[in-house]
Amino acid sequence: MDLKLPNPVRPAFVKTEHDDAVIVNIGPSHPATHGTVQIIAALDGEKVLRADVHCGYLHRGFEKECEDHTWHNLIPYVDRLNYCSALINDFAYCDAVEQLMGVAITPRARYLRTLLAEYSRLADHLTCVAATLMELGAMTAFLYLVMIRDYIYEHIADLTGARVTYSYGRIGGLARDLPAGWTARLVAILDQYEDFIGRVHGLVDRNRIFIDRMRNVGVITTEDAINWGYTGPILRSTGAPRDLRKDTPYLAYAELDFEVPVGIKGDNYDRYYVRMREMDESVHMIRQLVDMLPAGPINVDDPRCVLPEKSLVYGEIESLITHFKLIMDGPRVPAGEIYVAHEGANGELGFYLVSDGSGTPYKVHVRAPSFVHMGGAHRMLEGYQLADVVPTFGSINMIGGECDR
Amino acid sequence: MTPRTIPIRSEREPRSAFEYIATRKDELIGWARKFSLFPYPFVTACCAMEFMAVSSSPYDTDRFGAALPRFSPRQADLLMVVGTVTHKQAPILLKVYEQMCEPKWVMAFGVCATSGGFYQNYAAVAGIDRIIPVDIYIPGCPPRPEMVIDGIMQLQDKIARSQHLIVNKSF
Amino acid sequence: MAASILDTVAGELDPAGTGSTLAHGTLVLVVPAAQLRGTVERLKAEFGFDLFLDVTAVDWPRDELRFEVVYHFYATTHRVRVRVKTRVPAADPTVDSLTFLYGSARFMERECHEMYGIAFRGNDDLRPILLYEGFKGHPLRKDYPKQQEQPLVPYRK
Ligand code: SF4
Repeated sequence: MDLKLPNPVRPAFVKTEHDDAVIVNIGPSHPATHGTVQIIAALDGEKVLRADVHCGYLHRGFEKECEDHTWHNLIPYVDRLNYCSALINDFAYCDAVEQLMGVAITPRARYLRTLLAEYSRLADHLTCVAATLMELGAMTAFLYLVMIRDYIYEHIADLTGARVTYSYGRIGGLARDLPAGWTARLVAILDQYEDFIGRVHGLVDRNRIFIDRMRNVGVITTEDAINWGYTGPILRSTGAPRDLRKDTPYLAYAELDFEVPVGIKGDNYDRYYVRMREMDESVHMIRQLVDMLPAGPINVDDPRCVLPEKSLVYGEIESLITHFKLIMDGPRVPAGEIYVAHEGANGELGFYLVSDGSGTPYKVHVRAPSFVHMGGAHRMLEGYQLADVVPTFGSINMIGGECDR
Repeated sequence: MTPRTIPIRSEREPRSAFEYIATRKDELIGWARKFSLFPYPFVTACCAMEFMAVSSSPYDTDRFGAALPRFSPRQADLLMVVGTVTHKQAPILLKVYEQMCEPKWVMAFGVCATSGGFYQNYAAVAGIDRIIPVDIYIPGCPPRPEMVIDGIMQLQDKIARSQHLIVNKSF
Repeated sequence: MAASILDTVAGELDPAGTGSTLAHGTLVLVVPAAQLRGTVERLKAEFGFDLFLDVTAVDWPRDELRFEVVYHFYATTHRVRVRVKTRVPAADPTVDSLTFLYGSARFMERECHEMYGIAFRGNDDLRPILLYEGFKGHPLRKDYPKQQEQPLVPYRK
């Protein structure tokens, strides 16, 4: 073809101190980097000397888009940040807006949000572990994990109407209450999960190939991890028990009994194992929450942010006007700013909101864990083999939507 | 297998002997091609989650001969664009498309690839058909797996019905 | 306990009590751009704010000091957050880079640079990161039209 295509990125180096270093480009459309990330690596033989990580191939203008929508209307956009665990994003965002408005959600909504956030975390970790294992060739384990993830997707779809992107959180509550029989199916899925996850443990935990690919690869120390802004499972895999659910409890986490699993040396194997253990903890939490779930309304009674019931909208003029105002102008959020962080599946997911008192946000900024993790990713790649890029990237679990926004 | 055993689905009346044979040849090629789709997943965004579900055991695109993802565009004949394509990604998409050999088909998976979806801003390309030709669009954000399977089947029909370049006088 | 450490920080870094507030559990420090570096150095060294969470900017086009650069820090031992804000004018939107203190500042400053055009003095790697080479303007500024596209490849007819 005669078309000369422009290069969207500029590499940090075109040659290195090593004369015989080879520079290769990996990505952004590469089977081993699930997500669209590009790595420009200088190689000495098979060893990575320097790595230059580029992201941004999925930059969809989230923050600009937010400034154009009302506080409610941008919930679907929030969903698509970390699309593996969209509910955690929803709830973190809604929590931030609620705190800015001074709204306290109902107990049922609080417990239900906690339950669903853990359920989402389960799906997210399943995806991450499954993708990592598949890239290492463990196809059977991948199919087991995706199977259980699909049960979860279908099950959440019963509740929210969508399999991946739910748009289920609402400012002041949730979109709808649980359908009949939902918790019974939930318990059944958790039992199946235990069965499947046991098989995966049996297949890979002590597998020679798996250990050789994962142990002592992509090691990072706690000091380094904190310096590079790591949070979440990666920081915990280095041995630091830092978990926002324990450190600054939000939602209903203070009332739950759970442990924070930590790793020993912060390598790929630890990251894999921390995720596996966190899933067990999530299941443990969900089981507690099913018993704790109180009855009651799921939305607060606050006309500033919660839509009136549909029957009232059709039946009386005040509700119709409230509905119209909330849809067209958006909920009035008092002027101010707030930073609220939840423990996302990948780390600290923070929302920094600035309101000027109108129905649309003045600014929405997301502190996305994946983006920060990409900033230090070269530390885990340099000094290892080229083939180690694959499991290391898998265990970092970079999620494009959240990283590039 | 001889061409004779293949049912003719075309309703066109053959006008000349050559055209008659050529139609049968097209059908033969189409029949062979529609069951040997080698997809190249150009996976960028949230739709990838559904792509994973579609291609693994619960939905199993294996049944349609579209099982084995080829991670080299040179070995693939179906480009599945799964997710949002941004302006930064556009040159890569075009390059991948140009690297694919004929015959090639393009599937736009999800509304982002179809039309940009609800990302109408400075960063996202409003539909990949602004950059490359598209054969089949699958709407949905993300589309349900059933929808994807339906899309694959419709693409197969399209392949079976279309004329193929390798059919000429010497073949 | 969390509140008391924040009180200490506020008392030490803002003895006059004019530039600090406690809002939604976060201590907010407003400092002039020239003092940013010293403030953050002390935050890290004396009060253990070891996790650099985030840097972004807010665009107030009508103000004389148009850009408000906002930093968030977290102390992993005390489990509290501090927000540091500073204002810079549109004519010279320059602040000191924090890359010498925190590795994670590197990527985040790159993002802030391309989105708002804030220059970070001391960060030698301000290549585009979410956008691409050749993108003109700063999309998150309020005067950048939302749908102004800058395609890299020509559209088909
Ligand atoms: S169509 Fe929807 S789910 Fe698919 S990539 Fe676009 S936003 Fe994501």
